[in-house]
Amino acid sequence: MSITVYVPRDAGALSVGAEAVAAAIAAEARRRDADVRIVRNGSRGLYWLEPMVEVDTADGRVAYGPVQADDVPSLFDADFLHAGQHALALGPTEAIAYLKSQQRLTFARVGIVDPRSLDDYRAHGGYRGLEAALGMSGADVVQTVTDASLRGRGGAAFPAGIKWKTCLDAQADRKYIVCNADEGDSGTYADRMIMEGDPFVLIEAMAIAGLTVGATQGYIYLRCEYPHAQRALEAAITAAEAEGYLGDNVRGSGNAFHLEVRIAAGAYICGDETSLLESLEGKRGQVRFKPPLPAIQGLFGKPTVINNVITLASVPIILDQGAAFYRDYGMGRSRGTLPIQLAGNLKRPGLVERAFGLTLRELIEDYGGGTASGRPVRAVQVGGPLGAYIPVSQFDTPIDYEAFIAIGGMLGHGGVVVFDDSVDMAAQARYAMEFCAIESCGKCTPCRIGSIRGVEVIDRIVAGTVAERERNEVLLRDLCQTMLAGSLCALGGMAPYPVLSALDHFPEDFAGAAETVAS
Amino acid sequence: MKRATNAASLPDIPEDVRAAVLEVTNRLKELPGALLPVLHGVQAALGYVPEASVPLIARELNLSRADVHGVISFYHFFRSKHAGRRVIYLCRAESCQSMGAATLEKHIKQRLGVDFHETTANGAYTLEPVYCLGNCACSPAMMVDDELKGRVTPEGFDAWLAAEAT
Repeated sequence: MSITVYVPRDAGALSVGAEAVAAAIAAEARRRDADVRIVRNGSRGLYWLEPMVEVDTADGRVAYGPVQADDVPSLFDADFLHAGQHALALGPTEAIAYLKSQQRLTFARVGIVDPRSLDDYRAHGGYRGLEAALGMSGADVVQTVTDASLRGRGGAAFPAGIKWKTCLDAQADRKYIVCNADEGDSGTYADRMIMEGDPFVLIEAMAIAGLTVGATQGYIYLRCEYPHAQRALEAAITAAEAEGYLGDNVRGSGNAFHLEVRIAAGAYICGDETSLLESLEGKRGQVRFKPPLPAIQGLFGKPTVINNVITLASVPIILDQGAAFYRDYGMGRSRGTLPIQLAGNLKRPGLVERAFGLTLRELIEDYGGGTASGRPVRAVQVGGPLGAYIPVSQFDTPIDYEAFIAIGGMLGHGGVVVFDDSVDMAAQARYAMEFCAIESCGKCTPCRIGSIRGVEVIDRIVAGTVAERERNEVLLRDLCQTMLAGSLCALGGMAPYPVLSALDHFPEDFAGAAETVAS
Repeated sequence: MKRATNAASLPDIPEDVRAAVLEVTNRLKELPGALLPVLHGVQAALGYVPEASVPLIARELNLSRADVHGVISFYHFFRSKHAGRRVIYLCRAESCQSMGAATLEKHIKQRLGVDFHETTANGAYTLEPVYCLGNCACSPAMMVDDELKGRVTPEGFDAWLAAEAT
């Protein structure tokens, strides 16, 4: 019987040589006349071990990593096909501490199944959520999602059940489900991992949403930087259509639901839901005023549910296991689990899905293992380019939406980017304003002009004398308040967070020339 | 669909551009919100969206030329000029910064002799900045066309470039 070997097709794994590893294993197996079946799975999310190769044995899967193509002959020599010892051997995959301590609900199948196989998806609990939903009324499904306390995982943390209910209650001849897969925050890659590693869960979730609110058309708005995810999604959509999970009559329910992937064009602002809708309509991605809410007047003026990938991908397990099962995870008003993405300067960057409530320190020290450079951690940016820079003194903050707001930050999409002590925080603050200027849609003044003035003021602070620095700091703080209060959307409205947090926690970095003159 | 009446004023368009645009618009123009898919199609076929194609795209989608120009210029991904044979998208975002992206950026610019948005003299490479490739656990990252690369070092970049040249 053939032995199954898993080599990820995840874009991150491919970026560090997984394709060559898969080819080398296939070639070496042929040369040695070994009966090997290679499955291209998603990533388990242990990125410092990628490319991580797994072998299916009688005692479960065993892992080896990080494997390069050159290592393959020696792996065969060590009889890795039967869990043989090797310098790269990691033991049983599920026993790896980083993975074992996680609570993977949304990511239950990622890295485990073959993302191209609908059979594999069903064999691992797939489509049980849809089957449950088919036996329920739309109102009951909405109630279940509401009872699970699922909040939007894209960053805004708005209750998903309320969005769904608003759309369900809206009367229209046509409604839409839109998936926001424009994952533009630096330090985040959970959406990408789901779409590449378990695309059917997103397709199932969108079909559930469609049947629930009475929408017949869905769009996945996918960033153009994710060609691998596009291929995975399109292959999965074709497979789902072939078996009646999408189409004119979803699973014999009499209801239609069609799904299409639409490719974005590199504008960060299109991660904002209203810009995204404009973009889907074929326009410049400029932010819309709210109200009207998209759930009432969204895509092409019709009621639209628009949710992030992770929000949607968490729905099938809620319907399968019940609202209480999901809600029992977490703390305070943050219920369920959050797939946290550890990134930047870390020894062990990767995906950690855990119930809300663990601390930043546990994430950075226990999971992340400290910095890759070996230098002390100085600052951590949580929640993408609009998230605050958090100093080590606040590392005991729990992963919880409200706890992060309380320290002037935000959890956002769950990205955690770690910097060591070589970071220049004035440069990071300047970059936050520069990024806002580059990506501003231009609709409102505080964002469009404020960000450019912000770059200039920071330059003056760093270059100026002590007096100039003090004067310009007042100006910068005032500008930040204007942007916070006066911007139309989160880009201009939150770009001050990294700036102010850098100023508050790391003022010494802004001394620049002033300090030099004084000393 | 109502047909715009500016057909007569359509300026001369190179034949290859006309053929490529019409192939794409005939295939996609019935999609709701077709402009982005059409622009992706044209750029995939020609490598860029030529200025000369704008009136034809506008006519085929029943939009104004200003609408089409406005969309092309809004999105970073669409280009109005020909790119090099390969496009290198180098990530400038925070995760990559924390792992030395600024040093890498300096190295690559010097090595290729270009700044961002420029093409090397031999037409081989165009260098573009990008703000996150979703490969933040393998920073710093870059993408060459649609091939993603992680843990890129200046030495690794040089080795890749040398391998490309052979």
